[in-house]
Amino acid sequence: MSHLTVRIWRGADEGEFQDFSVPMRENQTVLDVVSEVQRTQDQSLSYRFACRVGVCGSCAMMVNGKPRWTCRTHIRSLKSSVVTIAPLRNMPRIKDLVTDMSGFIDKWGRAGNVFESQRDRGDAPALVDPSSPMRKVADAAIECINCGVCHAACDVVSWNDAYLGPAALNRAWSLVNDERHSGKKETMMAAMGDGGCGNCHSQGNCMAACPIGLSPTRSIAGLKKMSLMSLLGGSDA
Amino acid sequence: MTEHRINLSYLAFLMHRLSGLALVCFLPFHFLVLGLGLEGEAALDDMLVFTQQPLVKFGEWVLVVLFSLHLLLGLRVLVIEWAPWPQQGGLRSGWVVIAGLIALALGWLFLDGVMS
Repeated sequence: MSHLTVRIWRGADEGEFQDFSVPMRENQTVLDVVSEVQRTQDQSLSYRFACRVGVCGSCAMMVNGKPRWTCRTHIRSLKSSVVTIAPLRNMPRIKDLVTDMSGFIDKWGRAGNVFESQRDRGDAPALVDPSSPMRKVADAAIECINCGVCHAACDVVSWNDAYLGPAALNRAWSLVNDERHSGKKETMMAAMGDGGCGNCHSQGNCMAACPIGLSPTRSIAGLKKMSLMSLLGGSDA
Repeated sequence: MTEHRINLSYLAFLMHRLSGLALVCFLPFHFLVLGLGLEGEAALDDMLVFTQQPLVKFGEWVLVVLFSLHLLLGLRVLVIEWAPWPQQGGLRSGWVVIAGLIALALGWLFLDGVMS
C-alpha cells in the first residue's frame, strides 16, 4: 500500500510543520487523514470537526495553501502524494489546527447582523413572496453557514484588521434585502462604515473558495451600489 | 502566489493595481518632459529629437499598453459593481484575457504608427 506524506502545523502562532506518513486509501478525505494521524500516531494533535458531511463547516483548514472543508476534500482530488495542512488563515491560532474564531464572529456583529423585527409572537407569520426580486437576492446569499473559508481566503482581511470580511458583509446583504428586517438603516450604516464594503477590492478569492458556491463579492458589490445610491438619493437603505 | 489566489479574478486585480502604480510612477516624468519641451521652439525641437530615441519609443509603448490595461480593467470593476449579476459567475474574470489582448493590440497599433 502506498503512503501519503502529511505535513501538519504544530503549535500556535509559533510552531512548525510535522511530517506524518498515512496509508493511501481508495476513498479518503483530508479530515479522515487528520483523524487517522490523531488516533494512531499522535493523540495530542488538536483539530476541530463535528458533522463530517459538509453541513456544519467546522472542519475548515488550509489544505495545500487553500482554505477548504476537509470533510469534503478527497485526497484523490488533490493529485499529490504530499498534503500540507495548516489552520485557517487570518485567524489567531490556538493550537495545531484549531483557530480562535471569536474575532471572526465579532465582525458578524459589527456588520449590523442582528435581525430586528417590529412583530411579536402574537402576530401572524410574515408573508414573504419567494419570487420577489428582494427575496431572490437575499436567498442567493442566505445559505452561508459561517465556516470562515471566505474570511481565510481574503487578502483584504489579512491587510486590514478593521475589514469586516466577506462573510459578515454577505450576511449584511441578505439582511438589508429581508423585508421583515426593521433595522435596515443600522445594518447599512455598519456595512458601509469603517471596515465595511468600501474596502473590498473585488479580488474574488472568497467566491473561488466558498465550498457551497456563494458569491460574497456579489453581495458586497450590492452593498456598495446601495450605499452610493443612498448617498446620491439621500434616502435610507 | 499561494493557491487560494490562483484565479483569473485575482490576476485582474493584480494587473489593474500594478498597471495603476506603474502609471503613477511614469506619468509625472512624462508630463515633466512634455512641459520642458514647451519652454520654447528650440527646446521643443530638442524634445522632438529626444523622443525619436528607441528607448523613449519603448517607454511610450509601455505607457500605451499600461494605460489601456488599466482603463479596461477599471471598466471591469465598474461593471462588477454596477451591472446586474448573472446567475452564475459575475466576476467577469475572462475580461483579464480580453483586456490583455486589447491592450497589446493597441500597443501594436502604436508601434505600427511609429514604424510607418
